[in-house]
Amino acid sequence: MDQALQHLVNGTVLGGTYALLGIGLTLIFGVMRVVNFTHGELYAFGAYMTYAFVSLLGVNFFAALALATLCGVALGAALELVLLRRMRKADIDSVMLVMIGASLVLQNGEMWAWGGVAKLVPNPFNGSPLVIGPVSVLPLRLFVLAVSAALLLGFWLMLDRTRAGVAMRATFQDPETAALMGVRIGWVNTATFAIGSGLAAAAGALLGPVFMVSPTMGDLVGLKAFAIVILGGLGSLPGATLGGFALGFVEEYAGGYLSTEYRDAFGFLLIILVLALKPQGLVPAKERIG
Amino acid sequence: MSDLLRVEGLAVHIGGLVAIADASFVVPAGQVVSLIGPNGAGKTTAFNVITGYMRPTKGRILFDGADITGLAPDRIAERGIVRSFQRTSVFTGCTVLENALMALHRRGGAGLLGALFRLPSARREEARLRAEAWAMLEFTGLAERADTLAEVLAYGEQRRLGIALAAIASPRLLLLDEPAAGLNPSETAACMALIRQLRDRGATILLVEHDMPMVMQMSDTIVVLNQGRIIAAGAPAEIRANPEVIRAYLGSGDWQEAAHAAA
Amino acid sequence: MTAPDGRSAEGRGELNRSRLHHYAPWVFVLVLALLPLAFPDPYMLAVLTSAGIFIIGAISLNLLLGYTGQLSLGHVAFFGLGAYTSALASLGFDIGIGFGLRITLQPQPVWLGFIAAIIVAGGFGWLLGRLAFRVRGAYFVIITICFAQVLRMVALNWIELTQGPMALISIPPFSMWLPGQGVVPLYSKAQNYWLVLAVAVLAFIVVRQLVESRIGRALVALRANESLARSVGIRVTHYLVIAAVISAGIAGAAGSLFAHYIRIIDPDVFLFIYTVTMVIMVITGGKGTLWGPVVGGLIFGLVPDLLRGHARPEAQWVLYGVAMILFVMFLPRGIVPALASLRRRA
Repeated sequence: MDQALQHLVNGTVLGGTYALLGIGLTLIFGVMRVVNFTHGELYAFGAYMTYAFVSLLGVNFFAALALATLCGVALGAALELVLLRRMRKADIDSVMLVMIGASLVLQNGEMWAWGGVAKLVPNPFNGSPLVIGPVSVLPLRLFVLAVSAALLLGFWLMLDRTRAGVAMRATFQDPETAALMGVRIGWVNTATFAIGSGLAAAAGALLGPVFMVSPTMGDLVGLKAFAIVILGGLGSLPGATLGGFALGFVEEYAGGYLSTEYRDAFGFLLIILVLALKPQGLVPAKERIG
Repeated sequence: MSDLLRVEGLAVHIGGLVAIADASFVVPAGQVVSLIGPNGAGKTTAFNVITGYMRPTKGRILFDGADITGLAPDRIAERGIVRSFQRTSVFTGCTVLENALMALHRRGGAGLLGALFRLPSARREEARLRAEAWAMLEFTGLAERADTLAEVLAYGEQRRLGIALAAIASPRLLLLDEPAAGLNPSETAACMALIRQLRDRGATILLVEHDMPMVMQMSDTIVVLNQGRIIAAGAPAEIRANPEVIRAYLGSGDWQEAAHAAA
Repeated sequence: MTAPDGRSAEGRGELNRSRLHHYAPWVFVLVLALLPLAFPDPYMLAVLTSAGIFIIGAISLNLLLGYTGQLSLGHVAFFGLGAYTSALASLGFDIGIGFGLRITLQPQPVWLGFIAAIIVAGGFGWLLGRLAFRVRGAYFVIITICFAQVLRMVALNWIELTQGPMALISIPPFSMWLPGQGVVPLYSKAQNYWLVLAVAVLAFIVVRQLVESRIGRALVALRANESLARSVGIRVTHYLVIAAVISAGIAGAAGSLFAHYIRIIDPDVFLFIYTVTMVIMVITGGKGTLWGPVVGGLIFGLVPDLLRGHARPEAQWVLYGVAMILFVMFLPRGIVPALASLRRRA
């Protein structure tokens, strides 16, 4: 029981960052119909930027997190303006291929810039865990959870309260009608991709100090982001939030009780099962005939 | 005369909207049956359900006595119901001849081994299919365009190819969804001639069409659908005189069609 | 006869078969076959051999990606399955499967491993095809990627069978019966080169026979217009699964060749990057054309070795990424169709 509680806490911490990742990816898919293969690289980018600001430039840790997120936003905007804007009319497979190309460039660019050795990001939280009853948790992890929650809340407020958010939701629902109503789709797309990328970079910036920072860290995470989004239904924002926590828990509990080695595999098996056994439930019938 | 197709108590609800409320009709073997009605009456929906592209909410579809409700489109086609599409539908990136060969798929049976080893039986079949494809292109007047990419054809030719593809599959029941839509008078005449020839070759035809003169001339039976219900069924002369049909058309504002229908 | 805009048989050179068209491929194969005799440079042969193995992979991927239009991004799974199957069959294994039961296999001849590789990979192709073709587009792509990832995790963690990250080592070289010599292991570079060339030619012929048949037409019809194809009675899943099985089987053969050529296999054979390499070969060469994967495969099989010593290894991948972006954006149909239309215009 105690162990179950411990897993619950760990799963929640992990789930919060996963939700950030999933929301960014699903927002991009919902608004732009782009399957974003660079998402994992943006995550790695956020982690590296934090490392660079803290370790190389001596910036304050908290300021570095914010700056790294902003760098993610900027990189996302650049990717949209340089690549995706030219591909608005292309089919989904071509866009996927271009994004795979971009992720190759980003990942190996990172490898080039930083070398293959994993980096440690120093952080101001001391190492001794807080013990509350049967559960112990590192202060850094609590901080990560708090920031994830704040970002999720801020994101929802942005969607709900701001003009940009309304434009995004309108485009999400029906791009053509949104365009007729005067929404500038081009800028909505740029903003969407920038914000989605920023969320991924934020997740990387937050988890970078928890784990290590390495050029291939985005590989697995990019795929996990897909898992999250599919669990929740591709293009569903609440689904991605839930999916994030669901994957966090699945990994924690399955890793804890079934097999540590296959911990990372459970998410993928889950995707295959969900998609193979209940595709109708997840794939909306969009085909129109006659 | 036996009924090739029986539609019994068909109802289709699409996301809360009732596309077809309750429809029953039959298509007797060897006849040309037309399904008419104002826009939004549910004609294309009926087509989609019969050919397996949509699932009915209620009701059954019997083809040659067997229940085919809810089968996949390719399975239904295998049983001998083939449709054309309202929007132009050809195999893009392929020549007209290749289009024809693709539509002849069900007429061949060569499998993996035949393909990999070019077995004599597979070669003979291939030669036979090519001959059939050419014959069909001659028949539909598309032979001269055999090496042209399908999407490059003129609009009227594309429509004709669409019908030809459905006909080539040599169905027992051919469903044509507005074959004359967007055609000029001479093209429409050619289209009608083609449909007549197909009927003469033994196909049973279910037609959805807005061109009333064409419907009146072609049909053995006309089924009138309005707001998801069948309001009349009978020979062209009966339908022409049916006051409820005229009211349905007047109510929908399709003046021209009503005038044609009354003529 | 050519269409007015001159695009009629573009990318489908097989339709417009002149005498030259008929013999040129065989001359090309003959030149490749004589190469080791004319230039017995072991380094060049090694480069060409590994390029050849990936070309076989690209040929198999093209069947799915090009002819059926399904963007399968887990293709390396079949390659890796083939490599592990063949290696394990030739090394033998002894594993527990629970309940105190053990499965033991004595080392088998390599050619048996090669056949086992084709069968196992083809079997998984069938399984994946059955499961994955029920969904399309983004979902299909993600399923295929996850499939390869799961296999990689199994290879990493089922240490009793695969040795995990320690890798399977001392895999025997390919051995085969040669006239006058009996069954001999192929140690020399030239022998391996010829073996890979022979399998590549076979794979090419299998794919050609398939796509030029009634089955191939059904595949292209499904790609061109799925609704219409179904309406004339082409069974979607049936034909896509056939394509998946053949494609996976050929990829498995390539994996087997790889295992016995490199003679060491670790779980990294399942890396996404290898799928991407094959995808780039197919896209740049021309998807849905017979020669596309060969041309693209030669280019991207040789580039890494041209770069070697001049640039860091990351540069190769950055270049691949840039090439992918540029080709998809500016020459989406690939080199072979572009050349074909240039020639027609000339």
